[in-house]
Amino acid sequence: MSSPSFASTRLAVLSLALVSLSAFADINVGVSVSATGPAASLGIPEKNTIALLPKTIGGQKVNYIVLDDATDTTSAVKNMRKLVAEDKVDVVIGSTTAPNSLAMTDIAAESETPLISLAGSAIIVEPVDAKRHWVFKTAQNDAHMATAIVEHMLNNKVQTVAFIGFADAYGEGWFKEFAKIAEARKIRIVASERFQRNDTSVTGQALKIIAAKPDAVLIGAAGTPAVLPQKTLKEKGFKGFVYQTHGVANSEFLRIGGKDVEGALLPVGPLVVAAQLPDSAPSKKVALDFITRYETAYGKGTVSAFGGHAWDAGLLLGAAIPQALKKAQPGTREFRSALRDALEGVKNLPAAHGVFNLNAQDHQGFDQRARVMARIEGGTWKLVK
Amino acid sequence: MDLQIALLLGQDGITNGAIYALLSLALVLVFTVTRVIFIPQGEFVAFGALTLASLQTGVLPGTLWLLIGLGAVAGLIDTVFALRDRQLQRIPRILGINLALPLALAGLLANIPLSSLGLPIQVLLTLAVVVPLGPLIYRLVFQPIAEASVLVLLIVAVSVHVTLTGLGLFFFGAEGSRTPSFTDASFEIGDAMIQGQTLLVVAASLTLIVALYLFFERTLWGKALRATAMNRTGARLMGISATMAGKLSFSVAALIGAFSGILISPITTIYYDSGFLIGLKGFVGAIVGGLGSYPLAAAGAVMVGLLESYSSFWASAFKEVIVFTLIIPVLVWRSLTTRHTEEEE
Repeated sequence: MSSPSFASTRLAVLSLALVSLSAFADINVGVSVSATGPAASLGIPEKNTIALLPKTIGGQKVNYIVLDDATDTTSAVKNMRKLVAEDKVDVVIGSTTAPNSLAMTDIAAESETPLISLAGSAIIVEPVDAKRHWVFKTAQNDAHMATAIVEHMLNNKVQTVAFIGFADAYGEGWFKEFAKIAEARKIRIVASERFQRNDTSVTGQALKIIAAKPDAVLIGAAGTPAVLPQKTLKEKGFKGFVYQTHGVANSEFLRIGGKDVEGALLPVGPLVVAAQLPDSAPSKKVALDFITRYETAYGKGTVSAFGGHAWDAGLLLGAAIPQALKKAQPGTREFRSALRDALEGVKNLPAAHGVFNLNAQDHQGFDQRARVMARIEGGTWKLVK
Repeated sequence: MDLQIALLLGQDGITNGAIYALLSLALVLVFTVTRVIFIPQGEFVAFGALTLASLQTGVLPGTLWLLIGLGAVAGLIDTVFALRDRQLQRIPRILGINLALPLALAGLLANIPLSSLGLPIQVLLTLAVVVPLGPLIYRLVFQPIAEASVLVLLIVAVSVHVTLTGLGLFFFGAEGSRTPSFTDASFEIGDAMIQGQTLLVVAASLTLIVALYLFFERTLWGKALRATAMNRTGARLMGISATMAGKLSFSVAALIGAFSGILISPITTIYYDSGFLIGLKGFVGAIVGGLGSYPLAAAGAVMVGLLESYSSFWASAFKEVIVFTLIIPVLVWRSLTTRHTEEEE
């Protein structure tokens, strides 16, 4: 073999490799979260977390295109269309709230783009039908959280419960979920009351609850408005257990609630009480790692449960993208489809909020390791052992 | 429902009713003097409560920047008018009131330890920030269209409401605030516990109502307002400035709103948009009084408070439905019993 031909073969091989490398485009991840508007206190930590996600996955550069939907369903749809049509993203993370995520589902299915929602409602991924085929979600389902509450009630011999919740989808959803599980476990619901987010008084509801003499009260409300029922119940002399939902797990609730919410019990993702978890808990290491990164970037005490959902979405991608890269190139329909299949195949992945075990029927993938009970003591969350 | 529950509900209803009564009086006042159905009344409640809360955490409230901004615009417009009319002697006064006073207030707030001041001083500072917003809004928004029809004024009032709510979100954020109670005292009367704060709200409302009565009956300014309310043209012929009357009525409305906010903020968490619903219930009360009668409006508002309290006990999911459905029979009754005596437009 003469040397010139050898050199030209080498050149040819090299240039071929170069061609295939340059054709291997960057991975584009679209993000639409509610960084302003009513859900801003959830959306801002999510947006902050996106900036901490890995810039390369499986040796491939990853670009994040972050948009804000202002907690508005129409904007969420607009963002989703822009991401798939103009930016040609391979996967979308978002949105913060259930209505926005549901609205984005249609476009995800139509454009065959995997969507990873950060919202709580189980309806986003259940049941897995033709549309939800493309949709995944990282936040715990309400049912995960409701079972934790019922379990704690059973362990503490609670037989009668009163419910007071928002007169909207959040309150109704919780009541239905909770009533189903409670009745199966022979816990009697003796009163079911509603209030508005903006109400200045819930005295009437509180008195009716107290007159029904329940062992415990569950407050089905999110954010700081959930303070009012607990405060009123305490004022009117209620001495039983008070349960809140994980919708109150942020520092604003503690700030507004102060002394009035001491002793409240609530189910939370492991991230919220990560430092207090036993070392055997699968989420502890991941959660602490996330908290350290987040607080290094944004200051001490700034981390919240919601950032964890975005971090977990990043972990899912970190596990699924290398699998998909083996089958197709980013930017193609085949890659999106391979990525979807890879997401569905994620097994035993420890995340900040639990352990992912996804399959064709379950696009959420958490089990009972995804929640623990916490009690508010001395103005912070304490793990209930 | 036993007697104790009935008493507790009554107490709760009267507390809220007292706040609604104050707001209904402000609405009646503004409507009779300027024919504006003052939808943004509730925003002053939220601004009062949230301004006090941010003063207590030692933060300069966003309403202060609004005050300075509105003052600057109003000052500029009035200066231009004064120059056009060649009344240069009016300019120092215009600039003094619209620019120097808000800036002096800002300088004062920035240089004193806000969070460690006593509660009465914090309340006074809150009122100093929020109340001037009333006349400034009148000057900038309603004075140029003072002769427009009630419908136009209503539409403009709605847009002011939406603007102020948006600004409230910008200034104070989506999360609410609760201020510490003025008093933790509570008394036992019979079976029922009476909270000190409740008594304070009722007493403060009554005091303010009496003060308003004296203002209308005994002072020249109060009489000028009443004269304008009865007959705008006649009052003007007697030398009462409609502009002055408008600004004064908006000042009183802003004072009542901010004061109500301060009273209610220890009882419940106030959000940037909480004011609207509180104002709307005051409006239902004012409607009971036909937007013209102070005692009937106050009575109507207390009735709204009681109805709200008892319906939250019996059917909490339908509370708002019950309260706002009340307006229908009231309107039917009023349209059957009163003669239509609207002023010529």
